[in-house]
Amino acid sequence: MALKLSDYKTDVHNDWCPGCGDFGIVNAIQMALAEINIPRHKAAIFSGVGCSGKTSHFINVFGVHTLHGRVLTFAQGAKIANPEMTVIAAGGDGDGLGIGAGHFVAAGRRDVDMTYIIFDNGVYGLTKGQASPTLKLGEQTKSLPKPNTNYNVNPIGLAVTSGFTFVAQGYSYDVRHLKDLIIAAIQHKGLAFLNVLQPCPTYNDINTRDWYAGIDQVDEAQKRHSRIYKLEDQKYDPVVHYDEESELNEKLSQALIKSLEWGNKIPIGIFYKNELISQYSERLIDKIPNYLENPPANQAISSKGKPITDVSKILDSFEV
Amino acid sequence: MNSVDLTWLIGGPQGSGVETGANIFSRVCAEMGYQVFGKREFYSNIKGEHSYFVLRVSNKKIHSNLNDVTLMVSFDAETIFRHYDEVISGGALIYDSDLENTTSDEVHTLDQHFKSRLHKELEAKNKPFTITGVLELTKEKGVNLYPVSFRSILSNLADDTKNPKLKGLIRMFNVIGVSLSLGLLKMPPDSLLKSIGTIFAKKPKVAEINKKAANYSYNLATAQFNSFNYSLPGTTKEPHTILVQGQQGTAIGKMVCGCRFQSYYPITPASDESMFLEEHEILEIEGDRPGSTVVIQTEDEISAIGMMIGSALTGTRSSTSTSGPGFSLMAEALGYAGINEIPIVITLFQRSGPSTGLPTRHGQDDLLFVINAGHGEFPRIVYASGDIEESFYDTGRCFNYSDVFQIPVIHMMDKFMSSSVVTCKRFDPDKVTIDRGKLLDKIDGNDYRRFASTDDGISPRSKLGLENGIFWNTGDESDEYGHISEDPFERVKMMDKRMSRLGLIIKKIPKEDQIVTFGVHDFTIISWGSPKGPIIDALDMLKNENINVGFIQFKLLHPFPTEHTKSLLKDTKTIIDIEANYTGQLGQIFKQNLGRDVDYFILKFTGRGMTSTEIYDSLKKIIENKAKKREVLTHGA
Repeated sequence: MALKLSDYKTDVHNDWCPGCGDFGIVNAIQMALAEINIPRHKAAIFSGVGCSGKTSHFINVFGVHTLHGRVLTFAQGAKIANPEMTVIAAGGDGDGLGIGAGHFVAAGRRDVDMTYIIFDNGVYGLTKGQASPTLKLGEQTKSLPKPNTNYNVNPIGLAVTSGFTFVAQGYSYDVRHLKDLIIAAIQHKGLAFLNVLQPCPTYNDINTRDWYAGIDQVDEAQKRHSRIYKLEDQKYDPVVHYDEESELNEKLSQALIKSLEWGNKIPIGIFYKNELISQYSERLIDKIPNYLENPPANQAISSKGKPITDVSKILDSFEV
Repeated sequence: MNSVDLTWLIGGPQGSGVETGANIFSRVCAEMGYQVFGKREFYSNIKGEHSYFVLRVSNKKIHSNLNDVTLMVSFDAETIFRHYDEVISGGALIYDSDLENTTSDEVHTLDQHFKSRLHKELEAKNKPFTITGVLELTKEKGVNLYPVSFRSILSNLADDTKNPKLKGLIRMFNVIGVSLSLGLLKMPPDSLLKSIGTIFAKKPKVAEINKKAANYSYNLATAQFNSFNYSLPGTTKEPHTILVQGQQGTAIGKMVCGCRFQSYYPITPASDESMFLEEHEILEIEGDRPGSTVVIQTEDEISAIGMMIGSALTGTRSSTSTSGPGFSLMAEALGYAGINEIPIVITLFQRSGPSTGLPTRHGQDDLLFVINAGHGEFPRIVYASGDIEESFYDTGRCFNYSDVFQIPVIHMMDKFMSSSVVTCKRFDPDKVTIDRGKLLDKIDGNDYRRFASTDDGISPRSKLGLENGIFWNTGDESDEYGHISEDPFERVKMMDKRMSRLGLIIKKIPKEDQIVTFGVHDFTIISWGSPKGPIIDALDMLKNENINVGFIQFKLLHPFPTEHTKSLLKDTKTIIDIEANYTGQLGQIFKQNLGRDVDYFILKFTGRGMTSTEIYDSLKKIIENKAKKREVLTHGA
């Protein structure tokens, strides 16, 4: 029996602020799971700590609300031990690009087949609005006593240069587009990164919903121009089609240049996609040929309470 | 048959093959039926600093090193400067005669602290600050000196084999040293050649040249060296003896008990375990297709524990191996495993702290930290092995405990064990049992609660991927489903549920697996970890003098087996705590739980392992009422 969207929702009370961009992201994840109809026990959402960390409690699949900054480590461990699971990691930009930045880079290099979604709002909401890694230098959001003294991280650029093989950006108020991006990310073979621009109505009074909608950008005809535009509308081709350095370099640099767009025009969509690089499971298969048929989580280790692993050859070599 | 008990020491700069030489020597002795106990000491350095290996060889069961060195072989000056005074009267020193004129100032790796002590000693005895100076002292003490020009051996060998390249092959100094030693000790040569073949099995050409050098040096020693009081003619081999190194006990233990995921970040002295597991990642499984251990080198120890927890949630037995600095980084996630009742095993090879401390040296100074690591209150098991053989069986126990009680287990090992090479009885996998506790492989119904209340506080455990077994975990306090709850009554219920297993652990783990008793007397030692070996040997030495001292070895250190300890020690008058740290950490826990003071501490925190000689000496002082309350040991370069 096909599962309905409601099957992926829990009845846990959601305590995010009214108007929070997080709602759109949770809805998009639930819609994506329902659309590709993943059995509930075959999916796991791992989340970090912060407002977005609560995401896993609202989705009716396995939910692991982890530690601040460490969500990728838990998620990779689970996926590697049980590659049959669909694994989605989620967390804030402070979680993933501040305290967890080292794991972000390392995960890119590893390319485990899963999806990582960053809720990018420029502030640490749950601790009352401090500057997060994506806030621009010199900006002063509502609760900051002084302007931000750090340069911002470029999440898309960092992902592209860290080895992520699918890099995309969504906007939390364009839920349908976001849902499609999540499906593409899940179906990508390798580690997919999805940065979601998400207004924090309580603490980020700069990058607001109105700001993204461009109400301050009015032309001579009094027409508003949204800051957000879609890469696919511009015939942007993110895919690395063949395994040659020139092709790879072209697609990487094109994504990097696009990632720098901010201000009046902000792109969403898929920036970069490369399935020609081996994902982690393939690298494991090179060493352990039956890894996928007999992964750690499925292995029999005992019979009637006794071990069945035969180490006699190793012990023979130690015998004197 | 005459009893044999001798100690051989080889030293040289790091990277010069000291370890390979020691491996050959150990293997030869073990193959000829002897029991061996060897220990490697080295600097935090890749090449050049002084490293050495002390190997005790005996035809009776031995568990430790002694202070006295019977035969020392050295192909560099530093080894002679640093160790000359360890060789006993009647013992021997084989050394490279080309070094005789070397002054202490010419050895750049001799640090100022050591040099000033050495110079003071030589000055007092009116000797020059040269190798000749210390050799004179050695000779006056009654040590037999065997000078050999290592370079002439190479050039003679080059002439004999018409292979001029051999002249410069100083990499073979180690094999030359080993072979000269075995020649002097009259060890039959076949086993030497065989062992060289085994150790260089992957490089047949290297093996061939080394065999030639070995043969030449061995014959030189038998032909030219004066007779020596000690010999190793071979003895009856105990059947099923294996020669194992430090981390192999826990590594093979993990394979056997079904650990299939190990994440780690490189750190001395723990990484060798992970590398051994990866080297043997494909496993033979009785009646099934091959299994495997997935070993992941992570970006840091935080990731190592995070990945291990993620893997454990899939029902996979999962582990990491680390040392103090790495464990420090894991503290936060340890609490996560605690509050979420996730079974994980951390194998902790302790070294000396604090901070980077003595990074390649021994220590047992992490006990109190490990018991208390992580903020907040949550249950855990801290379990310590006392030697390599024990560590194999204990690894299986630790995994069972983690599964049965659904908590993190920290398996305490240390650098002394990790850099030891010993003979012991072949590990017997049939003695290992596997108990996964309340792990489910099927769930019916649709109201699964991961943290459901039960009589014993332990809930049936689902795993990621199990149908009808969906659960939530959070680092926050939670309800029975695993959803966040800040309700005060839920809080009390969940705290009680988790903490109640501390009592359950004491009740369920067999007493003999909590504390191992080696007799209880008026004087009784309490200890844990690697001092076990030196203590057992020291007690044997005292027994020969008809002095009986008791010893109880703590394996379960947390939760502390208070009542069992009380009943064991009720008639003991004097309690002596022996451990490798400054403050006597076991003694502190002992007092905290029993309300009874430890009478004497024997402590060592130089970073070098204890010898039975120094424990014997301190115990003697205690028994004769001449000891300070806190005896501090310092033997070892």
